[in-house]
Amino acid sequence: MLSGFGPVSAFWLLAVLAVGSALMVVVARNLLHAVLWLILHFVAVAGLFLLMTAEFLAMAQVLVYVGAVGVLVLFAVMLTPSPWSENTEGRLGGVAVLLGGCLAAVLIFVAARTPWAQVTAGGFASTAQAIGRALIGRWALPFEIASVLLVVAMIGSIVLARGED
Amino acid sequence: MDVGVQQFVALSGVLFAIGLYTALAKRNAIAVLMGVEIMLNAVNIAFVAFSRFIRGEDPLAGQVFVVFTLTVAAAEAALMLAIAVAIYRGRESVEVDEITDLKA
Repeated sequence: MLSGFGPVSAFWLLAVLAVGSALMVVVARNLLHAVLWLILHFVAVAGLFLLMTAEFLAMAQVLVYVGAVGVLVLFAVMLTPSPWSENTEGRLGGVAVLLGGCLAAVLIFVAARTPWAQVTAGGFASTAQAIGRALIGRWALPFEIASVLLVVAMIGSIVLARGED
Repeated sequence: MDVGVQQFVALSGVLFAIGLYTALAKRNAIAVLMGVEIMLNAVNIAFVAFSRFIRGEDPLAGQVFVVFTLTVAAAEAALMLAIAVAIYRGRESVEVDEITDLKA
């Protein structure tokens, strides 16, 4: 549990920032602005990771999401200018509001009602070293498969983006 | 009031629902991708919260899962950019309602 004024207020601040920027991704009419809100959302999630003493993941989040994915999505928006660069909803809008609202209600209900077996211990002292050991120990095979996946995705996107010639 | 796993899982649920709405409702394929990224982030928050507050026999397993999610999300974003550019080359738009080439 996080207790004390500092951690608790940091949680609510970051939570409001994360939800608010995610909502702005939905509301912003200009797709480019939506991407900038998405990048702010990634930063807020990195702050939440830091609050849960997952400092390695917070740094990886900033590097991979803010640095790489954010710039990639920005490039994608700028390379495909069209009348639909306006961030509008399609025919599924009403159904999606219903589905999203029901899902959020159910998940909040489950989170509040489940008797979680929480530990009273504090956060992790240091996670980078332990995650590194786990990745070459118990999770070595998934780690190798992930690297193969990255290579395949890279070659695939080069082939797709290069075109016919 | 103390903040525990309930608040983090509820926050993750709210973010997942926002991402689901974005992925389902938006017309632009890149906006759909942004919804998927929000959903992946929401799941990552839940993973890290379980790793921090519930522990279990291998407390860091949740964080290792997030490392893999990050990898897959990066690969997905790169492929999505390539697909968006490839679709745009033919039809000058990336509106998902218009991409119906597989319709019989």
